[in-house]
This record gives sequence, structure tokens and C-alpha cells, in this order.
Amino acid sequence: MLISALLTEIPVYYYVVISAILFAFGLFAVITRRNAVVALMGIELMLNAANINLVAFSQYDKTLLSGQMTAIFVIALAAAEAAIGLAIVLNIYDRYRTVNLDEIDTMKE
Amino acid sequence: MSTYGFWFLVFALLLVFSALAVISFRNIIYAAFCLLLTFFSVAALYVFMRADFLAVTQIVVYVGGILILLLFGVMLTNKITSFFKIKTDIVNIGWGSFVAGGMLFLIASIIRTVSFANLPWAKNAEKTNNVLKDTDSTVQTIGVQLMTTNLLPLEIVSILLTVALLGAAYIARRDPTKGRKTLSK
Repeated sequence: MLISALLTEIPVYYYVVISAILFAFGLFAVITRRNAVVALMGIELMLNAANINLVAFSQYDKTLLSGQMTAIFVIALAAAEAAIGLAIVLNIYDRYRTVNLDEIDTMKE
Repeated sequence: MSTYGFWFLVFALLLVFSALAVISFRNIIYAAFCLLLTFFSVAALYVFMRADFLAVTQIVVYVGGILILLLFGVMLTNKITSFFKIKTDIVNIGWGSFVAGGMLFLIASIIRTVSFANLPWAKNAEKTNNVLKDTDSTVQTIGVQLMTTNLLPLEIVSILLTVALLGAAYIARRDPTKGRKTLSK
């Protein structure tokens, strides 16, 4: 029954389920990784999950495409976030010689 | 099952399993390359959702920009003795699975309460012929929207991107007067 629904049109339900799974994976990566760069990868996974939802529901909004517009701004902000995040990570590595999140515990030398 | 549904399933499974690989590989380089597959599959799903412009944007920005930036971050923050030794520890697995699993359970229980077959606004969109078709292109609508309804967000995001990139270049540069700063342990 689930497979026969895929004949010509993919229901929104599938995209919602996929994005929920992707979001949980991203959250898991952020919590369990010690390396700051991999934690940033987890954040990108979560942002992508949110984008899938926005674009999926935007199919029912042909004239305005509000969901896709929001997704474009999310992508732009993700790019800015990655640039700033990596600049901070590089600076932290310069000072502490490590990027393990649990070893960085002082703000001032 | 049609070819349409078949390829959708292929890309959906590729997305889920490559994301699973991202969170299970201990080698950061392998995780980054699996992230490449994940971003490509998300772009493929955008195509299935008739978001042609967003699919191309996804590939250009995520695969061409963010992923390369992340790889640079990995390369610059590890003492590379061998390509295969750039690893990260996995900590807090108990708490991580608890929070992520709890979040997945929460979202799943919310999804189960919704009957997707008869959403009122979806019915309304079908009635007023407001649903994206395979032959539609979103590029013109997005362009018009960016210059009319979403003009203020566009300007704010453009200023924010400039500030963020200048700030990133400023933060990441090496201080020429002090040389390398290292915390003495």
C-alpha cells in the first residue's frame, strides 16, 4: 500500500518522515562528537532537514513559494554560519592546539 | 512501482544511509565525503519536489562551498600524520541516543496525529490550481518574490553575509605583531 502510493506523485508524508530522521541524526552528531568540525556537520544536517520540510510544503503554494523563499534564506545563513564557525574553530586551534569540545573550558588566558 | 517512485526510493534511502554513515564513521574525512552524498541526495529530493532552482542552489552552496570549507577546517585543525588517522572520539552515546531518539519519537508522534490525505489547505490549493506541476519552473517566481515581498529579508541577509564573511576573515587571520599565539599548558 505504501509503495503503490508512489505511482505518479510522492505524498508530503514521505518528505516529513525523511526530514524527521535526518534531524535526529544531526542532533545525535552534535551531541556525541568531540570534534568541533563534526559538530558543525551535524548542524548542517539539521538545517537540511528543516529545508526539506519547508520545500515539501511549498509545493502547495505555487504563486508565492513562501517555503522555498525561506529555504533560500536558510541556505544563505548556513553559509555564513559555516564561515564564522570555522574561523572560530581555527582560532581555538591556534590557541589550544585542540578542537575537542570538552577540552576547551577557559575563555581567557 | 513506477520509475518515478523507484528513483525517489533510491534517493531517499541514499539520503538516510549516507546520513547514518556521517554519524557513525569515526574517520572525519570519510564522514565529510558521506556528507557530500547526503547533500546530493537532498538536492535530488528537491528535484522531486519541483524546486529546480533550490536543487541547483543546494549543489552550488552546500557541495561547492560549505563542504569544501568544512574539509579545510578538518585539514587545518589536525596534525596530519596519515590521511586515515584523522579521527574523532564518539562520547555521550547514551545521552545522544536518548535525546535524538526522544526527539524522533516526539516528531513521529506528532506526524501520526496528522491525516495527510485531507489537509484543508492542500485541498484548497488543489481546488484553486495552486499546486506545482512537473512542467512549472520556480525561477521566475523566486526572482519576482525576492524583489517584491521578500525584498527586506534579502537586503538584511546580504548585509549579514558581508559582515559575516568580513568578520570570519578578521577572526581567522594571524596577528602579525604577536605571531602564533599558543596557550602555555
